[in-house]
Amino acid sequence: MLGTLIGVLPGIGPVATIAMLLPTTYALQPVSALIMLAGIYYGAQYGGSTTSILINMPGESSSVVTCLDGHQMARKGQAGAALTVAALGSFFAGTVATVLVASVAVPLSELALKFGPAEYFSLMVLGLIGAVVLAHGSLLKAIAMIILGLLLGIVGTDVNSGVARFAFGVPELTDGIGVVTVAMGLFGFAEIITNLESTEKRERISAKIKGFWLTREQFRKAWPAVLRGTGLGSVLGVLPGGGAMLSSFASYTLEKKIAKDPSEFGKGAIQGVAGPESANNAGAQTSFIPLLTLGIPENAVMALMVGAMTIHNIQPGPQVMTSNPSLFWGLIASMWIGNLMLVVLNLPMIGLWIKLLQVPYRLLYPAILLFCSIGVYSINNTNMDIMLTVLFGLLGVVFVKLECEPAPLLLGFVLGPMMEENLRRALLLSRGDPTVFFTRPLSLVMLLMAAGLVLLIVLPNFRKTREAAFQEE
Amino acid sequence: MAVVRSPKDLIAGLLFIAAGIAAIAIATNYTLGTAARMGPGYFPRILGMMMIVLGAILALRSLRLDGPPLPGWKWRPVLVVLGSVVVFGLIVNHAGLVLSTILLIAMASAASDEFRPKEAVISGILLATLAVGIFVIGLKLQIGIWPGAR
Repeated sequence: MLGTLIGVLPGIGPVATIAMLLPTTYALQPVSALIMLAGIYYGAQYGGSTTSILINMPGESSSVVTCLDGHQMARKGQAGAALTVAALGSFFAGTVATVLVASVAVPLSELALKFGPAEYFSLMVLGLIGAVVLAHGSLLKAIAMIILGLLLGIVGTDVNSGVARFAFGVPELTDGIGVVTVAMGLFGFAEIITNLESTEKRERISAKIKGFWLTREQFRKAWPAVLRGTGLGSVLGVLPGGGAMLSSFASYTLEKKIAKDPSEFGKGAIQGVAGPESANNAGAQTSFIPLLTLGIPENAVMALMVGAMTIHNIQPGPQVMTSNPSLFWGLIASMWIGNLMLVVLNLPMIGLWIKLLQVPYRLLYPAILLFCSIGVYSINNTNMDIMLTVLFGLLGVVFVKLECEPAPLLLGFVLGPMMEENLRRALLLSRGDPTVFFTRPLSLVMLLMAAGLVLLIVLPNFRKTREAAFQEE
Repeated sequence: MAVVRSPKDLIAGLLFIAAGIAAIAIATNYTLGTAARMGPGYFPRILGMMMIVLGAILALRSLRLDGPPLPGWKWRPVLVVLGSVVVFGLIVNHAGLVLSTILLIAMASAASDEFRPKEAVISGILLATLAVGIFVIGLKLQIGIWPGAR
């Protein structure tokens, strides 16, 4: 619910939303806290599609493609149908993906329990590389951002020697920098500032919404797209760096390719709404798989989830299932219930969301700023955290100007300490022999995959298709 | 810009190089250790070196590949938004949540091109009430409401 509320508000992505609401979950039990955050994530996902359809303004990046056809449908007076298709498609995709998560997670986490430090290190390398290869933007910059993130991640007291590193004599820094601090600065503050810079006025159409029911013709066209979107989204969601955004882009491209009449796309083709919307929901769900089974976040939202777990003293990874089964199954159940709630609650409430959109940004952003500030402050009750967030906000704006994606930095930041620890342990066990990463078969396979991904992108052919895929915007 | 073709990449590259050098410089204070028994300085040094290499590639490449020009930079939103948060951070301990909130909202609102002072004050008061309700009463966070209350 809350998630949709915020997802509807344009100009705040899911990362900023979760970062903003993270502090409000401190008072809750760990299980309900994580379920709430997950709910916010799905809600934001869905809320994003509502605004895309109605005012041609994607609430977040995974809904960008929904704008293309969804808004055209709304212009033709089919807003109701578009919203229904988005909701039902998402719900169907969510159901399938939930089943998938439940069935895959157990065997995968058993596999993960067999991993030694060398395997973990290689897995993290693969995860990080995968995340940047599949995301858009310059590969070189993205890798540099990861490393910057890793460096920021080791700020604080070294667990092995007790030495405070990069603390500059500031006592608050010896505990390390909080994920929330980094995320809110880089995503929240920076987003607000860049939004304020763009003078672009928002288009406001209060299209009348009527006829939530699909015609038989529309239904016939939409359901195969929903199926394809679900399948595509589920697979892409598991991949590192995948998740909602990639899934929706890929699905749109696919629908356009196989459609009998591709010229319909961009003019209100229902498949162009049904496919991507299903795909982004499926992708959003299945991106929990690596997090829950391996403890590896694969996109910025999942990185925040790791932060949330740490705050509630849960070490993410394969142990979660055995040591904390109620959390694990609770989260899975919440996925399905969350999806159901979205359909039941949101369709009747669309009118309300539209009202909310009339709130001008000049009133909205100071409020967001306030909630971020209080949230950051309340974590440790120190002003230091607020100052750090401001610093990261400034950094975030600079990164936006230089076209450096902040998401890889957040991933690196979360994985930094884990990566160093596993590197140390692996080399300790091998007595300093770095070939350990190549002689252990599983580790080798993962490193080869990572290298393969880098090669793929360096090869001109693949680069072209990748650029083309992102050009659909 | 005859030589530099992609200023964004050049600046990003130089920034990364600077970060790498800084990381290594600071890490020299920490024990290096050996590969088998890594000291706290080992991992940062590897990362610092990687940063420098990547930054250098990026910077050199910017001389050869074309890229978009640097975008303009509006100082007002950056300074006002971040400044208002800094002020909030500085005074919240002493002045309490209500006053700091009103101040934050009033200041931050000035960042927008459509600034309306009266509206900003009203929304500040409303949000202060809301913030106290949610965070202090609802979530029982330890934040003083009025000046000197802590």
